[in-house]
Amino acid sequence: MTDLAATTADPPRRRASALGMVLRDRRALAGAVFLAVLAVAAVFAPLVAPYDPNAMDYMMLDPPHAAHPLGVDDLGRDLLSRIVHGARVSLFVGIVTVAVALVAGVAMGVAAGYYRGWVDTVIMRYIDLQWAFPNILIAVYLVAVFGTGLANVMVAISLAYLDDFARVARGMTLSVKEEQYVAAARALGLSDLRIMARHILPNITAPVIVLATVSVSNAILAEAVLSFLGLGVSSDTPTWGLILSEARSFVSRAWWLGIFPGLAIMLTVLSINFLGDALRDVLDVRESRDIA
Amino acid sequence: MTKYLLRRCLGAVVVMWAVATLVFFMLRIVPGDPFAAMLFDAADPAAAEELRTKFGLDQPLPVQYAKWFRLVLQGDLGNSIYGSRIPVSQVLIEAAPRTFSLAVLAFIVSVLIAIPAGLVSALRRGQPIDHGVTFIAFLGLSMPDFWLGILLIILFAASLGWLPAIGYEPLSNGFWPWLSHLILPAIAAGTTFSAIIARMVRSSMLEVLKTDYVRVAEAKGLTPWRVVIGHAFPNALIPVITVMGIAFGLLMASAVVVETVFAIKGLGRILIEGILNRDYPVVQGAILAVSFIFVFVNLLVDVLYVAIDPRIRIE
Repeated sequence: MTDLAATTADPPRRRASALGMVLRDRRALAGAVFLAVLAVAAVFAPLVAPYDPNAMDYMMLDPPHAAHPLGVDDLGRDLLSRIVHGARVSLFVGIVTVAVALVAGVAMGVAAGYYRGWVDTVIMRYIDLQWAFPNILIAVYLVAVFGTGLANVMVAISLAYLDDFARVARGMTLSVKEEQYVAAARALGLSDLRIMARHILPNITAPVIVLATVSVSNAILAEAVLSFLGLGVSSDTPTWGLILSEARSFVSRAWWLGIFPGLAIMLTVLSINFLGDALRDVLDVRESRDIA
Repeated sequence: MTKYLLRRCLGAVVVMWAVATLVFFMLRIVPGDPFAAMLFDAADPAAAEELRTKFGLDQPLPVQYAKWFRLVLQGDLGNSIYGSRIPVSQVLIEAAPRTFSLAVLAFIVSVLIAIPAGLVSALRRGQPIDHGVTFIAFLGLSMPDFWLGILLIILFAASLGWLPAIGYEPLSNGFWPWLSHLILPAIAAGTTFSAIIARMVRSSMLEVLKTDYVRVAEAKGLTPWRVVIGHAFPNALIPVITVMGIAFGLLMASAVVVETVFAIKGLGRILIEGILNRDYPVVQGAILAVSFIFVFVNLLVDVLYVAIDPRIRIE
């Protein structure tokens, strides 16, 4: 739920060095390092995880020690292995859902802002309705409609975050549309599609990139919440939210089950937020409503 | 001003109508006919057909919609199709006070934490306590509310044994039993909200402290305490209240999630259980109830805002 406005985007030359500038920020660098390690662990989970995440071979509720650094859960499964495998789902869901929300949302927002008239009215009526409720609630509503399961959860999260992108893209399109180069493109007789794709889209990327970064962390949180509520994946696919949900009845006897999966979620979200903050400063995107 | 309020009320009614309509049609259009679940018991086709007729499922969708909508307006949301089969409205009436208690308490707790934290942070700008508050606020924004709930249970219920870990006691059973069951959930549900408000109080105070009237108050020789409480703080509060209105939605959403952690059978838990049991009348009812509270609170915030900031009245 972020309303963003930016100074019209700068030429690519500046964007090329953007990453370097972002990493000059200490917190962003720490976040980037953590995310890189996490991404490697997620991709190579079967190699990185010390044990099979679903093997119930170990002493139940065994506290952390050298052989099981994060302990063992109530069914005798190694917690570290489950968390490493959980990173796969979290990162995958976070990135894919935001990508879908971005493409669909930006397309809707640019179309609404460019054409105005009834296209704008129809699209924005729906977007405004969704905007009235927090994304996580919209996601729960949508799961209620579509049913439970990982695929449905992903559709729900994608749709729930679409309105943010549509609003940002529309707002930016409205201002970029007034620029002389758009008028020039139109005078040259370029098609609407070409003007939107080649002249408007490149100039609204800065706020969209910043929003996308923040949204990935929110989408990861949303997946964790939905899994925790039991609306997501089944038990043989470990996800951070699900591990916490299963641990709920045992936390009073086994603190490690309650602490480590949540720590994984928080560190991931925190890292992405640090990156997003630095990115916002570098790309010079102003935030008019500061709501996570 | 009356015109402004009327427009807001009308807007709220339209949003509620749109939610109800979308929920009705989406639940029926999505593949896998949710109401087929209801017909599972009926093995022979004749009985199934009879049930369909009974619930009006053989009629065209618009007709069903009109009927359903009339019943909803009368407060009849149908019966639960899972287990007890009690009326949905009764389920919601039992659950609503729990969610309401939790949300109100979460609001109070988080404001009580956020305002002093934001004030101190602004008045001691750049000092260790400011950095500390900023860092904690950042953590609060990144910490999943349901996880904080689990941490609170581990610390205050399991280890220290100060507060009950789960459940709910109605206010009629006494104030302390009610409060003690809600303190931990309220803290868990209020963190994000609290972090947002603390940051807002800080930046708003920093703005106000730069203004001329604060300088004048200082020049008059007022004590720093009176400058802050009498002059700066009330003015800093106006933008904070706007943000409170926007962020209250997050607090409600948190309450819905946190209910599951603490096994409080509020509207959120009802909704989740409804989804898991494929109990569609309950799901429908719970979505309408949660949305209604939502829209109503937003309306309330708008009204409050007009009352506080006279500039809006003139517009």
